[in-house]
Amino acid sequence: MANFIELFNTYNWDNTLKSIFSKTEVEVENALAKEKLDLEDFKALISPAAKPFLERMAQKSSMLTKKRFGNTIQMYAPMYLSNECQNICTYCGFSMTNKIPRRTLTDAEILKEVAFLKKKGYDHILLVTGEANKTVGVNYIKNAIKIIRSQFSNITIEVQPLDQEEYELLIENGLYAVLVYQETYHREEYKKHHPKGKKSNFNYRLDTPDRLGKAGVHKIGLGALFGLEDWRADSFFTALHLKYLQKAYWKTKYSISFPRLRPHSGGLEPKVEMTDSDLVQLICAFRLLDEDIELSMSTRENEIFRNNIVQLGATSISAESKTNPGGYTVEPQSLEQFEISDERSTEEIVKMLKGQGLEVVWKDWEHFEEIQK
Amino acid sequence: MNKILKIADKEFTSRLFTGTGKFSASEVMKDALLASESELITVALKRVDVQNNEDDILTHLKHAHINLLPNTSGVRTAKEAVFAAELSREALGTNWVKLEIHPDPRYLLPDPIETLKAAETLIKLGFVVMPYIHADPVLCKRLEDVGVQCVMPLGAPIGSNKGLKTQDFLDIIIEQSNVPVIVDAGIGAPSHAAYAMELGADAVLVNTAIAVSKNPVIMARAFKMAVEAGRMAFEAKLAPIKNKAEASSPLTSFLN
Repeated sequence: MANFIELFNTYNWDNTLKSIFSKTEVEVENALAKEKLDLEDFKALISPAAKPFLERMAQKSSMLTKKRFGNTIQMYAPMYLSNECQNICTYCGFSMTNKIPRRTLTDAEILKEVAFLKKKGYDHILLVTGEANKTVGVNYIKNAIKIIRSQFSNITIEVQPLDQEEYELLIENGLYAVLVYQETYHREEYKKHHPKGKKSNFNYRLDTPDRLGKAGVHKIGLGALFGLEDWRADSFFTALHLKYLQKAYWKTKYSISFPRLRPHSGGLEPKVEMTDSDLVQLICAFRLLDEDIELSMSTRENEIFRNNIVQLGATSISAESKTNPGGYTVEPQSLEQFEISDERSTEEIVKMLKGQGLEVVWKDWEHFEEIQK
Repeated sequence: MNKILKIADKEFTSRLFTGTGKFSASEVMKDALLASESELITVALKRVDVQNNEDDILTHLKHAHINLLPNTSGVRTAKEAVFAAELSREALGTNWVKLEIHPDPRYLLPDPIETLKAAETLIKLGFVVMPYIHADPVLCKRLEDVGVQCVMPLGAPIGSNKGLKTQDFLDIIIEQSNVPVIVDAGIGAPSHAAYAMELGADAVLVNTAIAVSKNPVIMARAFKMAVEAGRMAFEAKLAPIKNKAEASSPLTSFLN
């Protein structure tokens, strides 16, 4: 396969969903007994038939995670650089038609936010923007990376999809990883939720991890936004995407995130509900499918959920996150992209992790490449 | 008392080398590593803050008998490895480096081509190079030719705890090597470590099996004892394995 789109086009949403729902307890048992799981096993593990096996899945997931990652949790902090956006996304607080004050941080404001995060101990940072290519294009992002890279070992972005050459430019300047979620792999639903803007191009977004792989980025983060469509089918396609990418770009690391729709200004109710039990099932299924994959848990989830998920398979978490540009110090009152559920401070999260016998990892990267000056 | 192990200019009483990853807390790490009596402890450069004098990991490793062995985990090419080694020499004041180049982030399998290239350069730059490699006897000889001070073949994929899956090749490496052979990855139980030592490995490196154990301190002691016992058995020469008792009426007795 030359790219994922080709592979993806050989699948049909409804048949996939039917196949997941037809999985039996015997198939779940078999998947649990295997050392190397394939995508059919994964379907069984995310199927309703796996519900009675949730505790066994969690035990195995926990054991595999500890074997690979040890008793550790990586900390990271998101930093929103801009809420300018030319897309309409039905579920997002930054959507173009939402009447909110727009703001893009200046160099000085970025550094002020950085100083706050450094004081908290963060060394891995996630830069987030909307999609406003004229004002917050690749040059803005490149500049942001350049001015903060001496202060962070590990810089990830979650911004509009870019071209391969643009990614190459950012990597040369110190970019480590890119998160790009498909939101939903359901082509028609995707169109409904992204009616306007560059983001409405389903194929361009779907092809993004391929461009990233070709650009040689260190890590690619995948995911679907749960609530838009059936989470089981969307998760299957995420897993299919992952397995394709691992073979195509074998030097790249991968991570999976599990965002569930959260309330925001101008909000959308989830079409398909995903319960806490469903989310645990999914996280464990991903761990059983892949021992090495990083599983990330944001502050979208609440205290109780996060206190427990750190033992079940998650490997990196954020804390005290602000989802508005300047939210830490520059303009804390501005409107957020979505409301977070776990509002505990970084210090409280660290205490919680240590109390559970987990070592908090702040730094796990070094700029070994010679960076273009 | 077992024979002293010498690598480059350093002598080691303990043949158990250890690592610093995956522990639940730095205190636990320190207690376990002290219990292991290990004198060579590897630390991933990417995990420490070399600018910071109070880096949590490094502070806990400040003991007279502990030699730090910085490793290049995270690099993908020879060029990056050389850069990392130079950074660690400057920051940590040691010219010892555990050369790890694994472009594959999943199984962390070492790239033989980049490793050989980097080893050659690093030796010229005055480093003591300890390369993590697949259990490839030819690669070991090639590395020996460029001047590495030991070789570190894997027993099984790193962190897998599967034991000596590469035993047949380890046997050949041990037989042929002119430099110490340290079995580096896959050792999941004290019995695996003892077995490696019985085969004639000069040392073993263990991290995951200690760090992820329910009781890392006791597990570290168990590994220490196993490595000592295995080495002792090797030095005492194991009795050969016999499949059957000797025939009571030998076939060649008519010759006498």
